[in-house]
Amino acid sequence: MAQHQVNYASAGGLPVALTTVDHLVNWGRSNSLWPLTYGLACCAIEMMASGASRYDFDRMGTIFRASPRQADVMILAGTLSKKHAEFARRLYDQMTEPKWVISMGSCANTGGMFNTYATVQGVDRIVPVDIYLPGCAPRPETLQYALMMLQKKIRRESANMKKNTKSNLRLI
Amino acid sequence: MQQPNKLTPFFENLNFERDDNTMVINFGPQHPSAHGQLRLVLELDGEQVVKAYPDIGYLHRGIEKMAENMTYNEFLPTTDRLDYIASTSNNYAYAIAVEKLLGIEAPRRAQVIRTMLLELNRVISHLFFVATHALDVGAMSVFLYAFREREFAMDLMEDYCGARLTHSSVRIGGVPLDLPAGWMVNMRAFCDKVDYELEHTYNALLQENRIWKMRLENVGVLTPEDALSWGCTGPMLRGSGIAYDIRKEEPYELYSELDFDIPIADTNDSYGRYRLYMAEIKESTKMIRQLILKYDGTEPQLMAHAPRYISAPKEEIMTQNYALMQHFVLVTQGMRPPKGEVYVPTESPKGELGFYIKSEGEPYAYRLKCRAPSFFHTGLLQEILVGTYIADVVTIIGSTNIVFGEVDR
Repeated sequence: MAQHQVNYASAGGLPVALTTVDHLVNWGRSNSLWPLTYGLACCAIEMMASGASRYDFDRMGTIFRASPRQADVMILAGTLSKKHAEFARRLYDQMTEPKWVISMGSCANTGGMFNTYATVQGVDRIVPVDIYLPGCAPRPETLQYALMMLQKKIRRESANMKKNTKSNLRLI
Repeated sequence: MQQPNKLTPFFENLNFERDDNTMVINFGPQHPSAHGQLRLVLELDGEQVVKAYPDIGYLHRGIEKMAENMTYNEFLPTTDRLDYIASTSNNYAYAIAVEKLLGIEAPRRAQVIRTMLLELNRVISHLFFVATHALDVGAMSVFLYAFREREFAMDLMEDYCGARLTHSSVRIGGVPLDLPAGWMVNMRAFCDKVDYELEHTYNALLQENRIWKMRLENVGVLTPEDALSWGCTGPMLRGSGIAYDIRKEEPYELYSELDFDIPIADTNDSYGRYRLYMAEIKESTKMIRQLILKYDGTEPQLMAHAPRYISAPKEEIMTQNYALMQHFVLVTQGMRPPKGEVYVPTESPKGELGFYIKSEGEPYAYRLKCRAPSFFHTGLLQEILVGTYIADVVTIIGSTNIVFGEVDR
């Protein structure tokens, strides 16, 4: 039986790429981050703008999903009030693992200018936050940069989701 | 692993008189077409809404209370976060109320710039309305087109004040900056572009679109009597055939000198309101073109001359001792307006926006109340949602054009 023989030594190597499972899984995870459309206040408008025609989030593999079941990353954009906090936690719990959180804007980071009886002084009191994004309101470019930082962070993580190891904390 | 947790029941505070044939569903507070944080509890008979209960307060930030602990100038950036789609209209409504309290008037050039910014914000807000309304109804491409034009307007705002969304571009007593060089040219080009795109993009995509008309016509019908009794203003009122516009009724700034019409729609439905919004964008660009001509030949003064309340221009502060002392007192203590109360209505893109301020002569307002149009339009939902189908609920919410920053405050 005549078989076609390829001389791999001269034809550019084996048609096989060797990688680790971590790399492969993280490559997939980091390049298709689907955020939950979680617009709370002013920052939501900038989040919409970054999804729209000029800034075009889709080219980064980021497609906004309306359901927490389909989402990987929760972009908490805007002021979180105490009345809403319960729902934020519930939506975070409904997201499937692996999941990450971007806290967008000063209000979400620390409560911002609204140091009043009604607002949560930082969403990290409710959900664990991966990336803090400053600004009031942050520009769409900064949201894209935050997402790229999150991608970097994911690529350093272990695929079996052992978070908070020492190497993961040495971020970016 | 995520642990199952006990959550409080949904409907604990609501008394629904329900018989067994109806179903109660929860809409929001996190819903992509809830325009922020609206929560609706709907009682359904099949697919028809029997009762609707809008639950607000999910974005309550205590802005009115904050005003009681801030000096008048400190509070101005907070007003950006009320109706965050058109920030300048909030800044202006607050500034004009304080100016009336102080009894001062902005100089001519500041008035031209302010009116121009107000109309530019109206264009931004209305384009945003078309974008989100179409997105709710299911037309994704209109969203992309409308945001493209909106970005040009954002660039103009950014050139003027440096911010895209939270402008703070109006000060008490005038405006902080003159227009940058070449701004007028860009502005005129923007007006031409918007007018062109209105004809060639939005009208072509939406106006006679069969699906768009089927989704919008005779949906969200609001009779003129209902509109009046529920306190509707702005496009919601004009969409019901009542030609009421504060720019004509009680003209402020330069509106009395401008030549513009008040478009109305008498079909009372969502489609009529959409046509009305489109017509208003055209009127706004018409006004901006007139204002560009009015700018030339004005005095370069930008802030009112009132040394007790307003700091002198920077050159005077740096060269004259008395101006420096006044500036120091105004910055460290804040201005002290005379005792009294004031309310000034303005026509924001969504309706009548006004600030009621009660002053006791202190640097802080004794009480500040914001009369926001969206609040009234949210209350209206419990009337006009009844009898409609569940598929039309998002259309009607989109058509009322509510924004939760100013509903909850």
